[in-house]
Amino acid sequence: MNLTEIFFYFFILLAAISAGAIVFSGDVFKSALLLLTCLLSIAALYVLSFAEFIAVTQILIYAGGILVIIIFGIMLTTKISGQALTVQNTNIFSGGIAGIGLLTLLVRYLPDIPPAESKGLQPQDISVIGLKIFSLYSLPFEIAGLLLLVALVGAAVITSHLKSKV
Amino acid sequence: MVPFHYLLYLASFLFCTGLVIVIIKRNAIMVLLGIELMLNASNLNLVAFNQGHPEELHGHIFALFVIIVAVCEAAVGLAIVVRVYRYFHSSVPDEIAELKG
Repeated sequence: MNLTEIFFYFFILLAAISAGAIVFSGDVFKSALLLLTCLLSIAALYVLSFAEFIAVTQILIYAGGILVIIIFGIMLTTKISGQALTVQNTNIFSGGIAGIGLLTLLVRYLPDIPPAESKGLQPQDISVIGLKIFSLYSLPFEIAGLLLLVALVGAAVITSHLKSKV
Repeated sequence: MVPFHYLLYLASFLFCTGLVIVIIKRNAIMVLLGIELMLNASNLNLVAFNQGHPEELHGHIFALFVIIVAVCEAAVGLAIVVRVYRYFHSSVPDEIAELKG
């Protein structure tokens, strides 16, 4: 077992433990920090699978963008009263049944998938991604840009003109 | 060569964890957090299956687009959560059972 595999198993364990701890955590802010740990370990797994561009995007957008937005949302929807916001659970039985059932099903049929042929995974030249985005995938790229613009304007419109019911 | 199947096992575990979080938590932000976890699990699958054709990079680019759509979803979802909280003074999805604006 070389150093790469040790790091690989370590980050898999870290991601799984931090994701599982979110279920049992009752504090929204702590859950956001646990999700940050999970996202960063997944970024490390991307690096170990030679997906460096996806790893950098993951760190920039997920850890830097979405987590900040979620923490903003937490601060805006909790009354600032000093004590931590606790979250109650509901539907524990049906949720547990759904999760465990789906996990059993997936784990049962996963070994049937043939493993990827080992072509000697090589570090990719990152310019290939740029060439593909601007040639083969140029239309989805433009549509994604339009979608981002619409989502930004929509979020700004939704949160403006706030009025209270009570 | 990193093991291929362990990534798939981790992805299925993360997806089921996200599903459980979406179902059992009584807070809209926790639901969004669970959805992010499920999208990450799908991204992990895409990157893992890209090992079958490492020179094509289709999986990486698809993961990139999934991340873009996840950003849009998070932005609009949190805007809706903030709006609903200001209006109903509650961020518990079960308590909001009224469609009239």
